[in-house]
Amino acid sequence: MLRNSKDRFGTVTIVLHWTIAVLILGLLLTGLVMRRTEIDPALQFSLYQWHKSFGFIALGLAALQALRWLVERSPAPPPTLGPMEQMASRAAHLSLIALALLVPLAGWAVASASTLAIPSFFFNLIVIPHLPLPRSETSEAFFALAHATLAYATLALVAVHAAAAIYHHFLGRDEVLVRMLRSGSAPRPDSTISAPEKDDTLVERKRR
Amino acid sequence: MTSLRRPMGAALPRALVALFALAGTPALGAKAPALVDAAGTYRIASSSTVRFSVGQVGGSGGIAGSFTKFSGTFRIDGDDIGESSVEFTLYPESVNSTEGRIEDFLRSSAVFDAVNYRTVTFRSTAVSQTGPDTATIEGTLTVRGKSRKERFAVALTDWNRRSISFTIRGSVRRSPYGMTVGTPIYSNVVEFNMNIRGQKR
Repeated sequence: MLRNSKDRFGTVTIVLHWTIAVLILGLLLTGLVMRRTEIDPALQFSLYQWHKSFGFIALGLAALQALRWLVERSPAPPPTLGPMEQMASRAAHLSLIALALLVPLAGWAVASASTLAIPSFFFNLIVIPHLPLPRSETSEAFFALAHATLAYATLALVAVHAAAAIYHHFLGRDEVLVRMLRSGSAPRPDSTISAPEKDDTLVERKRR
Repeated sequence: MTSLRRPMGAALPRALVALFALAGTPALGAKAPALVDAAGTYRIASSSTVRFSVGQVGGSGGIAGSFTKFSGTFRIDGDDIGESSVEFTLYPESVNSTEGRIEDFLRSSAVFDAVNYRTVTFRSTAVSQTGPDTATIEGTLTVRGKSRKERFAVALTDWNRRSISFTIRGSVRRSPYGMTVGTPIYSNVVEFNMNIRGQKR
């Protein structure tokens, strides 16, 4: 139950997935708000610091999830997925994992390269050192652009990812969304009709 | 004024005596002409410097800058140093720092709110001599409409018939003035380091 099985996500994967999802959405939102010029400057300063602290958490959890993805088995895609869907979802998941690492790293680079040299005081507890990058206006501008571009790409990909999950749940009526919600093997009541069909495909897949 | 950059030689002790000697001390009575010279009212010259720094977590770095626009007068009481006084006004919009973003932030509502509070003022309430060439000035500092008692340490650095120079140092906690932004990344304590030159009126 904690670990992934051959066709189910374990609780650890599920909890990490949704924690990172909430963090990424929150970070995208604060990122958008804090860049607005008309915002109260004191609030803006605080938002930047919160954004940095939560960004480091997101980076840590994404690194953990990426490591687990490398060592832990990944459940096989639901048998209802066609080869094109499997390829597309694999590409999307790989990109999401890469972006979940690259976006916070680029953000860390912004803080490190900024001429403002504001320390990253993680939740006012410990100072996280800056990355060894040249501190200059051009360097800061480069990483700021990279951070923003990658973040917008993440937003777009998250939208596609969520749309696909919703599509599979309500139109495809398969297990794609449900198996990221609970690790148990309880099938959806309305999916029992096509259950025999599914079992066949599973058996076939195993034989291959 | 460049000629004033001389070592702590013979001229300076005379100036110290002029400033801080208590009137009526027989041994110092001989320096009476100097005492008369130093006493008086001075206008704070624009060549003075008003620097500040705020430390940051982890030690090195922080915020440092200066104010370029200020004005003020002080009066040295030749008979009783304790009766001396100072009035000082600075304009936070004139803040200078390492880059424009920091200056804009310091002027903004987060820190000085320079649009609504155009001046920072200091008005002395007590002056006490602490050594042959040092004194403490206590007074009311008004920032962002809030007034509090603050203390600055003064040391005489130069003096002649027409002008007098001091270094003034002081630590001011910024939170009571509604300037908590950035804590605890940036220290609550602002260190002031000023070189104030007075031009005799």
